[in-house]
Amino acid sequence: MTDTVISAKDVTRTFMISAGAFRGKKPLHAVNGVSLDVKRGEVLALVGESGCGKTTLAKMLLGLLPTTAGTIEFGGTPVANIERLKLASLVQPIFQDPYSSLNPRKSIGSIITLPLKVQKDPDPTSWRRRAEEMMELVGLPPRLYENFPNQLSGGQRQRVAIARALINRPEVVICDEPTSALDVSVQSQILNLLQDLRHELNLTYIVISHNLAVVEHIATRVAVMYLGRIVEEKDTENLFDAPEHPYTKALLESVLTPDPSLGVPDTHLGAAYPNPVNPPSGCTFHPRCASVMGHCSDLKPATIQRPGGFVECHLYDDNEGRSRAAS
Amino acid sequence: MSKRVLEVENLTVDIPVGSGMLHAVQGISFHVDQGETLCIVGESGCGKSLTSLAVMDLLPKKAIRTADKLALEGEDMLGAGERRMSDIRGNTMGMIFQEPMTSLNPAYTIGNQMEEALKRHRKVSTREARDRAIYLLEKVGITAAESRLTQYPHQLSGGLRQRVMIAMTLMCGPNLIIADEPTTALDVTIQAQILLLLAELQREFNMGLILITHDLGVVARIADRVAVMYAGQVVEEGTADQVFNRPTHPYTQGLLDCIPIPGKTERNKPLGSIPGIVPSLVGPFHSCHFAERCTYAMDACTQGDIDMRDAEETGHQYRCLLDPDACRANAVRKGVA
Repeated sequence: MTDTVISAKDVTRTFMISAGAFRGKKPLHAVNGVSLDVKRGEVLALVGESGCGKTTLAKMLLGLLPTTAGTIEFGGTPVANIERLKLASLVQPIFQDPYSSLNPRKSIGSIITLPLKVQKDPDPTSWRRRAEEMMELVGLPPRLYENFPNQLSGGQRQRVAIARALINRPEVVICDEPTSALDVSVQSQILNLLQDLRHELNLTYIVISHNLAVVEHIATRVAVMYLGRIVEEKDTENLFDAPEHPYTKALLESVLTPDPSLGVPDTHLGAAYPNPVNPPSGCTFHPRCASVMGHCSDLKPATIQRPGGFVECHLYDDNEGRSRAAS
Repeated sequence: MSKRVLEVENLTVDIPVGSGMLHAVQGISFHVDQGETLCIVGESGCGKSLTSLAVMDLLPKKAIRTADKLALEGEDMLGAGERRMSDIRGNTMGMIFQEPMTSLNPAYTIGNQMEEALKRHRKVSTREARDRAIYLLEKVGITAAESRLTQYPHQLSGGLRQRVMIAMTLMCGPNLIIADEPTTALDVTIQAQILLLLAELQREFNMGLILITHDLGVVARIADRVAVMYAGQVVEEGTADQVFNRPTHPYTQGLLDCIPIPGKTERNKPLGSIPGIVPSLVGPFHSCHFAERCTYAMDACTQGDIDMRDAEETGHQYRCLLDPDACRANAVRKGVA
């Protein structure tokens, strides 16, 4: 059974940013026409460099940020029409830094039960029991119920954040860099926990990460973003075993596996991430692309279906694409 | 034999805290030769950054540093006063920090800061300093170097700022560079570029490089020798090949088992983990620091300090009571060797 939980169609988010004291404002297309279907039970990873729009997209999926154009539907209903509280019970976030995402003046118990309070859960007498069950589920000793976040280690705090996200049994959890603030030995514990919970509670994850080794390990599908567009989206096997977009290839090359027989990779990407206010013409990746062709700078690449997903690159144009380029 | 740039013997750092004495670094010895990269790797709180600060004599005021030997190119740095140390820092010994935005002065231009680095230590004219700055900016792969000199740090991207930091460190032609997490704040693609640049420059200028990081991937790709730190001690030391292909200490084995390795770790299978947390380093502590979290801990592990011992190969040392054969068998069972 693979029904679609979240469906985004041509979602665009534009920020107006100041171009200088007397120059008025310029549009910045943080997310530029993204379509995305998230199926129940899958782990969709969003990867890309900082500034590519991953977090903006996640915020729109959470309903924290309205879209400028396009629609996001949750189970067939547009997110804009779902009441804020209702949406919060369906989609929950886990943030990167467990040191700043937990209120230092609230006890662990009140942090975890806050979503129940917000949702006006009808049975307050059961809150403590349910919170303690949830703590046990995420591997926190229930005796920490009365403790405060500063008494906990980084890994324990991230477990609190996970317990808080899951107490209302949401359908979708959006994890924004869930492990990048944690140490290696703790990172693996949290990743294992997320995997276990997914099977146990039948959750759907959207994972935002720049750590491709982690993504390969936990994701079932991966969307690679560049300058507000998804340039390649495939299931994990196809993406990692046969990457097609030159940007995906460069990203994968820059993953440093702990193998001392290999040197530091040379990705030939160039340092210049383009200014998103003034993106390059045609394919926005062409100034950094190793396989750039003549028409890449003029013509926006179309979405091309490939095994396991799609890619947006002129290299995979069929004849039609080439004739479009010639005309 | 190449020249020894830095030699450190039995370095300790103690910090008085409310509840007693925090033994942050407990008797660390290492050395760096010319043209060699030593990586110090460990998790947060293991003392790796304090080690580098102790070498540069930049520890917080209340921290107490002791050592049997601390020599830069044969010159004793233990007895050197603050004036001599500030002559050494930025001159024979360069530093690169994690966050380039906080280590560059936002109120001065790139050119200003780079020229100052040279003029502080050498008798040169502004013209000469400027020429060297342009030369080095080009060396670190910055285009239009001359126009960059008039720019301010906020006008540059994170990757460019870190390149400027590296160029600035090279102004006086140091023999030793200490880089503390130089790529942690950067994107993966930029990280690879900066590491490649560091490795190339180090070879070209034949410098010693100490790289401090928590990222095992970075270490494996760039290190000649690796020191793995845990709770204030070095628990394993050897060449990159020895430490990554024949990890001996249970902690090193555990760390390597924790990270997903593309092509090696099975997708969707649980990763290995190290249970428990790092012990408190306050107060006297005479046992194996890793014993509490170690799967192979025995009674003897908690009955006194554990010394470094030789593994099967020369230059490969570890701090554990288990003999090399037993460690090797553990590594094979874990699938990390």
